[in-house]
Amino acid sequence: MSAPLEPSTLDELAEAVRSAPRVIPVGSRTHPRLSQVDAVPIGTGRLRGLVEYEPSEYTFTALAGTPVREIKQALGDRGQYLPFDPMLGESGATLGGTVASGLSGPGRFRFGGVRDFILGVRFVDGAGRLLRMGGKVVKNAAGFDLPKFFVGSLGRWGVLAEVTFKVFPKPAASRTLRLDVEGMEGAVRWLREASVNRWELEAVDVVPGGDGVVMRVGGPDAALEPLVEDILGHWPGEVLSATDADVLWGDLAEFRWAHVGGGLLKVPLTLDGMVALDQGLKAAGDVRVHYSGGGNVAYVSMAAGMDRGAFEAVLKAQGLTGLALRGDGPLWWGQRAVTGIEPTLKAALDPESRFPGMED
Amino acid sequence: MPGARFQELAKLLPPDRWLTRPEQLTAYESDGLTAFRKRPVAVAVPESADEVIELVRACHREGIPFVARGSGTSLSGGSLPVEGGVVIALNRLNRILRLDPVLRLAVVEPGVVNAQVTQAASAHGLLYAPDPSSQSICTIGGNVAFNSGGAHCLKYGMTSNHVLGLRAVLATGECVRWGGASREFVGPDWCGLFTGNEGLFGIALEVTLQLLPKPECFHTVLAGYRTLEEAGDAVSAVVASGLLPGAMEIMDALALQAAAAAVHADYPPGCEAVLIVELEGPREAVQIDRIRLDAILAGSSPVEMRPARDAGERQAIWKGRKCAFSAVGRISPDFLVQDGVVPRRRLGEALRRIVEMSRESGLRCANVFHAGDGNLHPLILFNGREPGALERAEALAGRILRMCVEMGGSLTGEHGIGVEKREYLPDMFNTEEMDCLKRVRAAFDPLEISNPGKMFPVAGAPVLSRPGLHPLEAAGVLSRE
Repeated sequence: MSAPLEPSTLDELAEAVRSAPRVIPVGSRTHPRLSQVDAVPIGTGRLRGLVEYEPSEYTFTALAGTPVREIKQALGDRGQYLPFDPMLGESGATLGGTVASGLSGPGRFRFGGVRDFILGVRFVDGAGRLLRMGGKVVKNAAGFDLPKFFVGSLGRWGVLAEVTFKVFPKPAASRTLRLDVEGMEGAVRWLREASVNRWELEAVDVVPGGDGVVMRVGGPDAALEPLVEDILGHWPGEVLSATDADVLWGDLAEFRWAHVGGGLLKVPLTLDGMVALDQGLKAAGDVRVHYSGGGNVAYVSMAAGMDRGAFEAVLKAQGLTGLALRGDGPLWWGQRAVTGIEPTLKAALDPESRFPGMED
Repeated sequence: MPGARFQELAKLLPPDRWLTRPEQLTAYESDGLTAFRKRPVAVAVPESADEVIELVRACHREGIPFVARGSGTSLSGGSLPVEGGVVIALNRLNRILRLDPVLRLAVVEPGVVNAQVTQAASAHGLLYAPDPSSQSICTIGGNVAFNSGGAHCLKYGMTSNHVLGLRAVLATGECVRWGGASREFVGPDWCGLFTGNEGLFGIALEVTLQLLPKPECFHTVLAGYRTLEEAGDAVSAVVASGLLPGAMEIMDALALQAAAAAVHADYPPGCEAVLIVELEGPREAVQIDRIRLDAILAGSSPVEMRPARDAGERQAIWKGRKCAFSAVGRISPDFLVQDGVVPRRRLGEALRRIVEMSRESGLRCANVFHAGDGNLHPLILFNGREPGALERAEALAGRILRMCVEMGGSLTGEHGIGVEKREYLPDMFNTEEMDCLKRVRAAFDPLEISNPGKMFPVAGAPVLSRPGLHPLEAAGVLSRE
């Protein structure tokens, strides 16, 4: 792969796009498989910093290469946060990479994911034009919602220059609980209950290993004791210390539980499919799985050198699609349906195919 | 139907499901934006998704423009017919195909009414969050096309935040399925792009909606203030406190007067503004947060504070708020509803300027707005029988819209651009950005047959204007927001 171009202004970013026949935006490569294509990388690392942050508006705008960690710090200083728990912050993930990868953390259970908090983008399209779409206010219905279309776009529609997000006030306190469950069936029973209960949980995940359900509840401190008591009255378990809770959520956000040097897939699913997927994957080889978002997504880690065919067969049999974040295998696993509009729209945004396609 | 090119179309439905007589077409000439009217060639009344697909494919083959329509409650003229084109009325595609209380989702056809989803979900302790004021009549297909909002957007987002999956027929006749039952997805967010397309991409045939657990507990407070500024300051104080209310709404004196006349809503006397704040959540959290909220509001010099003591009082507070638009119809022969957004910290300034502009133009203006997200709904009152009044009202509306954009806000928070604001879109997007939006549109609809004349500026004659309440509005069935 060629040495990355490192623009430090938006003009230079536009120039970088025009400078090569094929380019791919990269942030800090925390999900390396997504940008592992034959193209000149455009690094966004020098496009860094908050552009606007007005806490009373519940919005901020930052350059795309800004590390998520810096944003979390700046928001935290003013008692605010991104409720979807952006992933890989400690590993250096950038805001632009968070949008392009479409990865949301455990907190997406309560108020939604990246797509539900993005308000606006500036991006350079395939013709090298710097364009602004969406808006900078929390509510806006003018024009097509291209900002959402950049969520999960993998840098294939253009390169993000700047993003605007909605944020929320951070709950005053939170508690993390680990519940005792028996096997995946037990975990799914609990997830079903947690999903419709009155508690308004922030996160409900099944940790890798399969027999631990963890959840987080937030709110005014004095309300949490009775809430936690009620939850533990329904299901036995324990409250983690603040330190243990930080380690737990940190490990999940950074994929510290995943195999070193192995493959890592994101697989959207529903509660209904969890038991079958889990059985299938475990029969197929050495895997570790983190089920997140109340059973709406599985992060599947495979040991290096595993037999791909067996995993592929499990996903196909269950009609699931996997996106590879790490590893040397294909980008897409299982079934990916491509509609006819996809290449047509790609050509509208990038007529000279300067950016790779979704299938490259 | 006249013309050879319509013959192929005509064959697709039995004759009794084509409306072509003038008296049948009248009801479809206009939508919630009553100042505009156009007569379509015919109205098709399909009963299944397959029929809709065949109609769209035939329109594509013959180059016939079409406009999909639900209940016609658009306030931006989104379902205004196209001359020489057909209207595809989706009201008979009104089945809830699936309601899954475990996965918390509903799969519905486009003609299902918004409130019916909420009702069906309610039996399982669930809620469909988007609640436009027209929720008792507007349809999900229209909500998806225009990314409808409501009073709870700050916390829960708009329609697009609740669409998990879509089956749609695009303007080219291609059928697509995007997303599904999972709240997560890989690859581009097609549902996000499609929602809010204003009917320019095609027609949604099946929509998978996320449902939320109903909040266990509410605390709704109505507070009256001597001035709008004081009410605005109270909103700022609530925001600064770190509380996250489900809704924060303000009504001004003229809107209060209208609501009082329409539904006998009772407001504290001598108030220029009323603020409604609602907290919701588990009872343990609401019990604590309400003490803080009440203290913040008590410190904001209200004339009077009225917390709802029970579900009935809460409903009464919301009834007054949600009827406000149509209520204004009782104090003025005609009115235009605006939908601009300004940064929340500039609300006070925006309202002062609206008062000044309204005085300059000699037209009264009532204000109802979603204060939590800076979404203004100025209602410009005028008498359409007075020569030049509609033009003055439109000019005032234009000044208000431009002010919103200048302040860093938006032309529309939830009503969409439609016909009404299409000439203003270039105020928000430069030439290259407009060109990008047009190329996106052309990818979905190269022939420009799907709801043409909406969103993008159109050269040529203005559409016919007709003042007055929509017949449904006059009957009190429909309300504008």
